[in-house]
Amino acid sequence: MTQTLSQKFARVVLYAFLLIVFCGPFWGILATAFNSATVQPGKLLLWPEEFTLRHFSYAWHEAKAYVYLFNSLLVALIGTALQTLVSAMAAYALARKRFRGMAVVSLAILSTMMLPEEVIAIPLYLTLQAKIPVLDVSLYNTYFALILPVVGWAFSVFLLTEFMKAVPQDLEDAARVDGASELQIFRHVILPLVKPALGTAAIFGFLMIWDQYLLPLIAVDKRELYTIPVVLRSMRVDEIMQSNIFIAVTVIATVPSVLVYLALQRQFNSGLTAGAVKG
Amino acid sequence: MQSKPRQWQWAVPWLFLAPALIVFTWFKFVPIAKGMVMSLHNMKFFGPDEWVGLAHYERAISDSALHAAVGNTLLYVIVSTVVGGVLAFCVALALQDQARHVRIIRTAIFIPAVTSVAILSEIWRIVFYPAANGVANSFIALFYIPAQSWMADPDQALYVVILLQIWKSIPYNMVIFLAGLAGINRELYDAADVDGANVWRKLWHVTLPGLIPAFSVVIMLSFIRGFRVFTEIYTTTGGGPAGRTEVIMTVIFKTGFERLDYGYAAAVSFLLVAFTVLLTVLHITIKNRISRF
Repeated sequence: MTQTLSQKFARVVLYAFLLIVFCGPFWGILATAFNSATVQPGKLLLWPEEFTLRHFSYAWHEAKAYVYLFNSLLVALIGTALQTLVSAMAAYALARKRFRGMAVVSLAILSTMMLPEEVIAIPLYLTLQAKIPVLDVSLYNTYFALILPVVGWAFSVFLLTEFMKAVPQDLEDAARVDGASELQIFRHVILPLVKPALGTAAIFGFLMIWDQYLLPLIAVDKRELYTIPVVLRSMRVDEIMQSNIFIAVTVIATVPSVLVYLALQRQFNSGLTAGAVKG
Repeated sequence: MQSKPRQWQWAVPWLFLAPALIVFTWFKFVPIAKGMVMSLHNMKFFGPDEWVGLAHYERAISDSALHAAVGNTLLYVIVSTVVGGVLAFCVALALQDQARHVRIIRTAIFIPAVTSVAILSEIWRIVFYPAANGVANSFIALFYIPAQSWMADPDQALYVVILLQIWKSIPYNMVIFLAGLAGINRELYDAADVDGANVWRKLWHVTLPGLIPAFSVVIMLSFIRGFRVFTEIYTTTGGGPAGRTEVIMTVIFKTGFERLDYGYAAAVSFLLVAFTVLLTVLHITIKNRISRF
């Protein structure tokens, strides 16, 4: 395709505009966090006038960003691992088995996809505070309260069920003839064949858990258990903090999910379109 | 395994389902049921809860603060869906090229969509800081527009938070449109070329009809996101100034966690659920109707 010079110019302007609108603010907080002199609140720099790591050092050690980052990462990583495992097991039953009550179970799980999580916030809060039968402990103010409620995610179950349905029955039968147990078939036949889907489910799970706000807000009220999204607001609200330091904390909070996205883009894009077309 | 007694075969699927059923039951189904019961009671901290029947639902129908929040939510949903959808469609058209530099730009502009809402809110508060030297005010000063108060101005606040939703949803919607564009049969464009159709006619007669499923997904997701919106509001304006950005979920949150009126909060929650379900059913019906043609 031949483009005239003015068409090319228009394209470059358009690309630059999109980059400024969608990435500009991220660039601005990055440049400001590295700037030595404290900026007035609400101001962002295009380039640090004098480079420093001081604000990051303060944010990390004094503002204890590492505590909240650790909480967020712990919750997101363990939550993702449990969520993917639990979803894969459920998907195995729903995709590869026929049993009485299957329709009811899959409908019940799928119906939670329609339910906005936010609307059960208050009863969920009471559930977390209630003592668990038999164990006689409450989950409130523990890591379990941050992790367990996100382990059951219908999207993940649904995605993995669709992919497991596509595995040919012959492979399973062959393994069965060779004397493989259910667990062996699940682990050594089905799971390896749906690996890309597991990756996709895990990335989406990670980003979903990383983005949780209302759950950590209601599940814990001890500051040392706060996740980084929750702590941002309370740092802004109840502390007098220099704006560069606050911005440095924001940068620290932004990095993990962006890195996960950039590193695992391919699985991410395939999942996004699969979810969009099917859901 | 031949040796395994056949009568235990029925338990296999249930064993695989057990972990999922436990977490779904305890953290989803039990709270739903609990919420339904709560919505019919006045919750007491001491002594048994008082049965009030549908009184909370009746109160919701005549609650003017709730009505204002519903109005704000509707405006939020409609403006962010329409503007976010149309702009994302334009961006997708501009970035559907498979060239390497276009792929890099697509990746870069997706960053807001993978960042926590709480972080985006803080960025929004910095960009729209209501001082003359704030980022947005410095920008409009280039066009000789006087400095605005943005989220501190009761008349502007809702539109500034709607803009946040649009900003965040454009990259996400863009990917859905790109998937739709990739699915359009190339031969249709060739046939249009043979017929001598210009760019606009091709857009109207080939691209748009081919993107109906994508539009349907974008609208549905945007509606569901919009009606349940909480974090975007809570972390930017908190419902203020003067309640002008209050939405349904912030009302529920404040009723429940600040005024501890659990029963009423649960009732409003269920009206929201019922509405969401109704919307989903409506969407599926319309989608089926369209695809029949």
